Amino acid sequence: MTKVAVTLNVNGEESEVLIRPADTLLDVLRENLGLTGSKPGCLNGDCGACTVIVGKKPMKSCLMLAIEAVDQNVTTIEGLTDATVQRAFVEHFAFQCGYCTPGFIMNVHSLKENHPEADGETIKSWMDSNICRCTGYEEIEAAVKSVLYGGQEHHKR
Amino acid sequence: MIPFDFDYYKPSSVEEAVRLFESLRQQGKQPMYFSGGTEIITFGRLDYLYTNAVIDIKGISKCQMMTFKGENLYLGAAVSLSEIEEANLFPLLTKTSSEVADHTARTKVTLGGNICGKIFYREAVLPFLVSESEVVIASREGEETRPILDVFQKSLQLEEGECLVQLVTNKKMIEAANISIKRRRQWDTGYPVITVVGIKVDGQLRVAISGLCSFPFRAKEMEPFLNDTKRPLEERVSLAIRHVPAEVLHDSEASSDYRMFVLKNTLLDVFEGLEMEEVR
Repeated sequence: MTKVAVTLNVNGEESEVLIRPADTLLDVLRENLGLTGSKPGCLNGDCGACTVIVGKKPMKSCLMLAIEAVDQNVTTIEGLTDATVQRAFVEHFAFQCGYCTPGFIMNVHSLKENHPEADGETIKSWMDSNICRCTGYEEIEAAVKSVLYGGQEHHKR
Repeated sequence: MIPFDFDYYKPSSVEEAVRLFESLRQQGKQPMYFSGGTEIITFGRLDYLYTNAVIDIKGISKCQMMTFKGENLYLGAAVSLSEIEEANLFPLLTKTSSEVADHTARTKVTLGGNICGKIFYREAVLPFLVSESEVVIASREGEETRPILDVFQKSLQLEEGECLVQLVTNKKMIEAANISIKRRRQWDTGYPVITVVGIKVDGQLRVAISGLCSFPFRAKEMEPFLNDTKRPLEERVSLAIRHVPAEVLHDSEASSDYRMFVLKNTLLDVFEGLEMEEVR
């Protein structure tokens, strides 16, 4: 097994890791860096539990090789500290078992950063990327809407 | 975890990429071009494919191009579907590709990856088939521009070592009245029962379809019937659907009978949608 040393910038910190080029970003975050907030779910890019932010965009870390993240800024759920979205999920009780929550939060955080005034269609398009097996969607929707438009509901459906 | 190892290369030019591919082949390796890489990663994990060297083309500026030059739009093979959506330079492509996978996945799935993928829907190719775009393909002999209708026969017919660099589409086609309809069995995300894309050029409807057969196709055999304005619309559609170019799929997404039912109704919706588009 051939391993290579690469430097990853995760949550504002540079770390040198020894990886197989075939390792996914999800595996390296969890196994090499101990950042277990990103959850392995389907491992097939379907469920969104492993969502992180790369640059400014949401990324399913099971669909990305860690080596592709070299020279990019990666943010995981551990990199958010009392973000508005985190507070909104708590206030709206937008979780049940909580397994999907980090992925949802990273996606919504990225949505807020990219489209703070996202309309209903944009919200729906982005949120279709994540699955909650407990089906707590109503509370999640309320949390998402509360952080966009400064909490003012404004939706085009 | 991907159960095999591979080397990773990230060349900065097309020439370097094709040279690298050839050199790796000479060393007995099994290289693959890697764009978004979503299929290589997910299929690799399941042992559906194997490679021991990947050549990431995302560092190549030509493969990241997304710009008009003169009358043509150049889209690089490594541009992600979400970048295409955001730029919206080719509205029909935006509409079609924004139905592929989901938003987060589309930040990784690329235009070239979708078109060259093993998953047979390859819906991003449909707008290029009706627009009769050209493809820029690189090989060790250099770059060549070819009509997509010559090169895309069920899948993109690339020789070993050839690399899709760009797709080139004339502005007239981009501005033509167009429609893209994706019908799923359920929900708003996922694979289609069928996807139909249509544009109207010089009064003639052109149609391309994915999900009906085991490959996407430009419906050349169906178009004369669809454009036979002497007949009533229902009759034109009924005659056209007798000329599907291959066996209709019969699988867990839909039976072949149901697919034909959906096809007929979707083609009627294409006519209705294009009429509304033209009025607009």
